[in-house]
Amino acid sequence: MKRIALLGMPNTGKSTLFNRLSGASARVGNWPGITVDLMSAKMLIGGHIAELIDLPGIYDLHGFSDDEQVVRHFLSNNHADLAIIVLNSSQIDRQLSLALQIKNLGLPAILLLNMQDEAKRSGISIDIEAMAQQLGMPVRQISAKYGDGCPQALQLAAKQLAEQFNTVLPKDIAKRLEADVQIEQEMQAILKSSVQVPVQLNDATTDNIDKILLHPIFGLPIFFTAMFLLFQFIFTAGKPLQDGMAWLLNLFRTSALEPALASLPSWLNGLLLDGVFNGVSTVAAFVPIIVLFFLVMSMVEDSGYLSRAAFLMDAFMAKIGLDGRGFVMVLMGFGCNVPALMGTRVMRSRPMRLLTMLVIPLSLCSARLQVFLFMIATLFATSQAAYIMFALYMASFFTIFLTAVLFKGQYKSSEPFILELPPYRFPTARQIWLRGWQEVKYFLNRATKFIIFGVVMVWVLTNYPTNVAPASAGTLAGQIGTLFAPILDPIGIDTQLAIALIFGFVAKEIVIGSLAVIYGLQGDALSHQIATNIDWVQGMSFMLFTLIYTPCLSTIATLKTESKSTKFMWLSIVWSLGLAWVVSFVFYQGARALGF
Amino acid sequence: MTPLNDVKLSSLIPGQHGTIHAIHAEHALHQRLNAMGFRIGKKIQLIRRANFNGPLHVRIGATDIILRDIEAQRIQLAA
Ligand SMILES: Nc1nc2c(ncn2[C@@H]2O[C@H](COP(=O)(O)OP(=O)(O)OP(=O)(O)O)[C@@H](O)[C@H]2O)c(=O)[nH]1
Ligand SMILES: [Mg+2]
Repeated sequence: MKRIALLGMPNTGKSTLFNRLSGASARVGNWPGITVDLMSAKMLIGGHIAELIDLPGIYDLHGFSDDEQVVRHFLSNNHADLAIIVLNSSQIDRQLSLALQIKNLGLPAILLLNMQDEAKRSGISIDIEAMAQQLGMPVRQISAKYGDGCPQALQLAAKQLAEQFNTVLPKDIAKRLEADVQIEQEMQAILKSSVQVPVQLNDATTDNIDKILLHPIFGLPIFFTAMFLLFQFIFTAGKPLQDGMAWLLNLFRTSALEPALASLPSWLNGLLLDGVFNGVSTVAAFVPIIVLFFLVMSMVEDSGYLSRAAFLMDAFMAKIGLDGRGFVMVLMGFGCNVPALMGTRVMRSRPMRLLTMLVIPLSLCSARLQVFLFMIATLFATSQAAYIMFALYMASFFTIFLTAVLFKGQYKSSEPFILELPPYRFPTARQIWLRGWQEVKYFLNRATKFIIFGVVMVWVLTNYPTNVAPASAGTLAGQIGTLFAPILDPIGIDTQLAIALIFGFVAKEIVIGSLAVIYGLQGDALSHQIATNIDWVQGMSFMLFTLIYTPCLSTIATLKTESKSTKFMWLSIVWSLGLAWVVSFVFYQGARALGF
Repeated sequence: MTPLNDVKLSSLIPGQHGTIHAIHAEHALHQRLNAMGFRIGKKIQLIRRANFNGPLHVRIGATDIILRDIEAQRIQLAA
């Protein structure tokens, strides 16, 4: 099978093209460094199946940050039959250097000048023929996002695959990667004869938006207000969806599942209905709101506003030993901590990367968001909900800053901070839809693995031995709870909540699933039961603990592989557990001392 | 009077242009700057500065870049 690699500078649309050509759904975003690992997919080209590889963006072939290493490693260990070089047409004046470097490697290659639509709007014109001739490589202009020129580019790639053979061995490529080639003059000559840039670029939209969003005084307030409004929107629009979903699931239980399972032995019936179904459906009710959350996230990611957030926050982040990119990773962590941790690969200095990775797990991810939405709806009035949620996001920021300040002495770095500011873009309906669908798939995947495992375990623990009442002190769960009581009593966490917390270590989605199983209830009945068992101070302490302690096993595994250090992984686990306990303790005892 | 080639990117005021005259950076940083469009002879404009001594927003050709003051001090202009 032929292998085709996508190479290009960061944020030039490689993943967009990858998705278009292969039908895959790699993550796309208007931020340099969205792709930090290689991804491969099958595609049909010239009547044959070929393997298409999406790679992280690279500025040149000499970079040594971990995302750039992925590309070097790929090129020096794998045979590629064709390189498709993807560059941004508007920035051809600087990006052409990469095409020349790749050409010097001796790989058969074609050059695709992407974002034709934007270049046209700014009045940049490129003489494709002239460029191809001087470069000695076929060139096409395309728009990967809207599809223009893509079929032709595919034909061209098929033709090259059939006619040109890559005779360079990967190990020779490795050698050539070391060689420093002078391409400055060649580049200037090509640009001079084939590219026309107007003196004044015509596209002023981005400039005008920046005047407002990057305003020296209003920039930051606008940022925080926008975030607050986005979250308000998600919760307001998501609430009816969530209620509808809960209603549907309940209907499914009473009208289909209960009759169908009625003939089973009672323990199996209990396991399936009160264990698996209650657990999974309590979590599943949150799917609509989480999908909505990710749709909004993907729009923010694709707008180009993240780089602006980095600009606005860098001065502050510098004071706590991080930089603007670290802030963006924390924002990405609001979705899921795992890709955010991987996103730190763009940082070249190891101390800076480690410090950023130490704070990311404290970022309030969407799985924890589900727990909080559930607990807040259970324990607080609707009118207070938004403020409690806001307070938890603030607590998340607070723990991040505290951690960074305390550890910055250990992780000193002088990493330069240089970042591209891409133009504002708006995702197409297709891009938004793809992203939402990705999240649903991801959730279903986690649900089938972690959540079912978790709720079944909890069910077993709360139902055995069988000679005592379910979930009572005599069950295995009760015994475990008693064991942890000396540590958890001082922070107001009772036995039931303790079991949920222990399983929450695997994944936070399990927390509310386990509560459903522990109480053997679902929906409103579950909320009522919890509200009679614990008061708001305990609930808040439980939420703070859930917010701060290690998010999930996937995060731990990612911490270990990305830092390549077991010691660092343990540091993160121990620190977050310790911090979670201290914060909950201070809150709980403080609130009680004040008479709440 | 300061000689013409002694203006640093960091001392421009927003709206001002300059031409890159020299880049004083170690190899890796130099290459990164190069790939981002910082090349000798290129015209560069300072668009704005962030508050509290934050990063600078500059434009070279069609590329907008933000960088810290400390990095901007390494870039010498022929104003
Ligand atoms: N206007 C326009 N935008 C595009 C085009 N192709 C991609 N984009 C946008 O450019 C941004 C970057 O796209 P990606 O596909 O994530 O770029 P990438 O090269 O994979 O980026 P990295 O993985 O970070 O290196 C996204 O906002 C895309 O929607 C295009 O043809 N025209
Ligand atoms: Mg990508």
